[in-house]
Order: sequence, then C-alpha cells, then structure tokens
Amino acid sequence: MTDTVVTVTPGEHASARRGRRTRGRQERPPAGASRSAGYFFVAIYVALLACLGVAPTVYAISLALRTTSGLGVANFVDSYHLPQFIPAFKHVLLFEAIWLVSQSVLVVTLALIVHNQARRVSATFRFIYYLPGAMAGAASVVIWLFMFTPTTSPFAFILHGLHYTLLANTVAPGNLPVLFAIMAFWTGAGGWIVVMHGALNNVPTELIEAAEIDGSNVLQTALRIKLPLIRKWVVYMLVLSFAAGTQLFVEPQILGIATGGEVPPQWSPNQLAYYLAFDLDRFNEAAAISVDLLVLGLLVAVLIVWRGKLFRVE
Amino acid sequence: MLPRRYAYRIIAILVLLLFAVFFFGPVIWLLLAPTKTDSQIINETPLAFGSFATFGHSFHEVTAYEGDLVLTWLKNSAIYSFGGTALAVLAAIPAGYGLALTHFIGRRALLGITLVVMIVPATALVLPLFLEANTVHLVGTVWSLILPFGFFPFGVYLAYIYFSTTIPKDLLGAARIDGAGEWGVFRRIALPLATPIVALVGFFSFVANWNNYYLPFVMTYDNSQYPLQVGLPILLGNSPSINPVAATGGQAVILRPELAMATVIAIAPVLIVFLFAQRTLVAGMLAGSTKE
Repeated sequence: MTDTVVTVTPGEHASARRGRRTRGRQERPPAGASRSAGYFFVAIYVALLACLGVAPTVYAISLALRTTSGLGVANFVDSYHLPQFIPAFKHVLLFEAIWLVSQSVLVVTLALIVHNQARRVSATFRFIYYLPGAMAGAASVVIWLFMFTPTTSPFAFILHGLHYTLLANTVAPGNLPVLFAIMAFWTGAGGWIVVMHGALNNVPTELIEAAEIDGSNVLQTALRIKLPLIRKWVVYMLVLSFAAGTQLFVEPQILGIATGGEVPPQWSPNQLAYYLAFDLDRFNEAAAISVDLLVLGLLVAVLIVWRGKLFRVE
Repeated sequence: MLPRRYAYRIIAILVLLLFAVFFFGPVIWLLLAPTKTDSQIINETPLAFGSFATFGHSFHEVTAYEGDLVLTWLKNSAIYSFGGTALAVLAAIPAGYGLALTHFIGRRALLGITLVVMIVPATALVLPLFLEANTVHLVGTVWSLILPFGFFPFGVYLAYIYFSTTIPKDLLGAARIDGAGEWGVFRRIALPLATPIVALVGFFSFVANWNNYYLPFVMTYDNSQYPLQVGLPILLGNSPSINPVAATGGQAVILRPELAMATVIAIAPVLIVFLFAQRTLVAGMLAGSTKE
C-alpha cells in the first residue's frame, strides 16, 4: 500500500537534520545562473502536476458542490445519509485501528531484533520481510484468499483451531477488518522494517555502549534508548499508513468477487464512491465522498510536512 | 548472567524465524501450487512439490484461456507500466535537478506542493481523474493510464534529494563561468551522474504502476484493455473452484493451479527486479541519503 513512499525515508532523516541547520539562510541565485532555466527543467512535471494533480482535485470539488439548485453542500449531506456511509467509515476505522496498533508493535519489535543480529543475518531477514512488497495489489489478495481457505492453506492448523472449515467461515463479516490488516501488514511491514533499521543505524553506538557499561541489558537498551530515538519514525509510519488505509479498495473488492458477495460491494468508502458513480450514476455524491477522503489525506500530508519536520525543503 | 543472555538470543531468533514463515510461507506456497493438480492442492500437504509436467500444464492452461487473453493482459501491463515509468523519469529527473540546483520564483512553493501531493494516497484521486479523463475523452485509451502514472511527485522528491546531495553548486558555477549554457551544464554534469537516480525513480515508479489496481480498474472497460492486476480477479470470478456457479463454456478451465500460475505471472516481473536489483537499490538509497 505505502511501500513506495516509505523506503527512502532513512535518507530524509539525514536531510531533515541538514534542513534544520540551514534554516533561516536566505535563498540566493547561483552565480551565472539564469532564472528562466529553472522553469524549463520543471516544465514537464509542472504540466503533469497541473493536469493530473490540481485539475482533478478542482474538478472533484466543483462536482461535489454542484447541486440541482446551484452550489451547496447537498451532495455531502446526501452521501452522509446513505445507509452504507457510516458503516463504510466504521469498517475502515476498525481495520485501521487493528492494523496500525499491531503493525507499530510488530515493526518496532522486529526492527529492534533484526538490528541486533550480525550483518548477514540481519540483511537476510530484512530481505525476506521486504519481499512481499513486490506482491502488493490484486496478486496479494489472491494469495491470501488461498491462505484463508482451510483446505489449501499452509496455515490451516490455525484455521482449524478456530473451527473454520470453509473460506466462508474465515471471511465472516466480523473477521474482515482483521483479514485486511493481515494482508496490509504482509505487504507493507517489510518496507517499514527497512526504514526503522535505517533509523536505528543513526543511533550513536557510543550511546548504546555507555548504556551497556552501566549494566543495561538488551531489553532495557532497546526500550529506553533506541525506542525514544526512533519514535519520530513510528509516528511518521502511523500517520502515513492511516492516510493510505482510508483508501482501502482492492482487498474488499476482490474478496467480494471471490466469495460471491460475502463482502458487500460498498464495504469501504472508496468502494461506496465507486458504486455511486458507476452503478447508480450519482457522480456528484461520489465526488463528495472522494473529496471527504481527499481532505482526510491532505490534512495528514500537511500535518506531516509542516509539523513533522521530516522532510527537507531547503 | 550468561544463560539469560542466551535466552534472549534464542527467543530473538525464534521470533525472527516465526515471522519469516509468515512473510515467506505464502510466497513458497504460491510458487509450488502450479506444480500440482487441483486435487493435489486440496489433499496433499500445502508445501509439497508436484511435478514440472504439471507446472507446464498449468502454464499452458493459463495462456490458452480465451485465446491467450492472459498474454494480452501481460502486454497491457507492460505498456502501461513502462510508458508511465518512462514519462515519470522524463519529468522527474530534470524537475529534481531544477528544484535542487537552479533558482526561480515559486521554487519553494513547488517543493512544498510536491511534498503534500506525494503523501496524499494516489487512490484518492482516482475517481476525480476518471471524471476528468471522461470529459476529455481519454477513458479507454492508454493515455488514461500512462499520463497519471507519469505524474510521480515522489520521484521528483527523490531526484531533488539526490541532486542536492551529490552535485556541489560550485561545480555548476565553474561550468557556467567556462561558458556552458544551462542545458549544457545539465547535460554534461548532471546527466552523467544521474544513472543511480534514474534507476531508483524508475524502479519505484514501475513497481507502483505494475501493482496498481484501482486506476486501471476504473479507466479500462474492455477485456482486451485490462492489465494483469485487473484481469486476475476476473479469472478468480470465472474459476469453478472458487465460484461454483462460474460457467466454463468449453474453454480452458481455470482451477487453483491455473489461478496460482496466473498470479505467479502477474508478480514475476516485479519479483525479478526485486531479486536482482535489491542490493544495488538499497545501497544506492542509503548511500545517496545518509551523506551529510
């Protein structure tokens, strides 16, 4: 889900520190450089940004605000009153809660353990954990469909332990948030473990050695010294994963196809928006839900960029 | 004190192995499944190996489905992903250079916008993009996918970080004094150094494009236009072993081994890139970034 965004963050860490150091210095043009050259270099990107970032956003907002009686918030109110609206957001929030809590605990624990191993051992485990990142999207859902089916799964002993004999038992409505959390963890956790490992590499060894001389054991060093130093990254992971999680679409969609409708096609907000637009031709209300999700994503992004100080802007 | 230390080590290794099984088990299962027949998959130990002959048979069945439809999907995936990646690289490399090493009004604003757009999940824009593409009659064309795939702010940010950490501004100043124009400076100094960042941006863009489901799901409306990611769930829905009411209609039958085979085909390109480029990519990522 978020693997492309996360993998580079150790670098941003270093850059952010550098950014802080130079803040306040005035920007000045390099010697002999012409101002128009800059526009030339960014031209293609700016054109794409305008047409594929800004324009669709503006268009979605204008569609969402357009009602039969002029401009207004009627589409937002109408979509809110749909019987599937509240359940869809509840589903996603429950999924997020399960996923984010378990992912934070497990990623931090695994990163700390992996970081304590010899270089080659550590690299091997990081690679194994990172590999499922290559299988994001529809492929991972198909794989997990087999993993959730008691007759085909190598994890069948767990499913049998829960008295599940059919896929339908596993994908019972109450289990769905947990199942989606497992899939999201499977594809995304490895990338974050690599990031946390990078962050842990920035923890000064003198600090750890000093603690060990003072009699701190492995567990104490991990919890009292390393964890506080990578806390910022855990917050970053939480916020970014939250933003991505609100967009849940492919997992419930394919599980719905595979189970012949055990998962309703309006399970997540994105699915509801899709259903409104393409099955009911209610594009304005669909746009309203898209804007809801977009605002949520934008809020998170602005929060990280301006408050988190994780990124270098100068 | 010593035994306790060993206890920590043993528990640590056990935890690592347990999660290795969780992460790697499904991958192994997937690679083994096409070597078995449908009944072997259900009745034998999940991680048993079948035969190479069955593997070949599964491959044949998948590629024979509706007159090599799966190969058409594979071709579509390649066109959309490579097209999008080429555009992403073409836009991101000069943009990163421009943001890092040239000066123009609005540069910082552009950088700020890039960061925000980079964090907003791409999925959030899918429906609005469809509505926009619909008004300009691009839906159902390759451009409805290649253009959005080419818009890759994350790549711009990567290139920006790369150029601002690897090329000293003084070097560019020296080249300018020597009479090189802005384009000449970019071509003679930045481009020869750009190979690692082209690979990095290309890799991330390619993986994201290849695995994208929602955008092509919305933008394509015909069997012959789907990429593999969109085709895979269709195979799933038409498989009698998953969906008992699925009509087989006398064509190649997609059972569990064929579904697994199709999934292997769908992930193979990205997996190969992962396996061969992993070391280089990670090294490049860390080298380019931890430098102060």
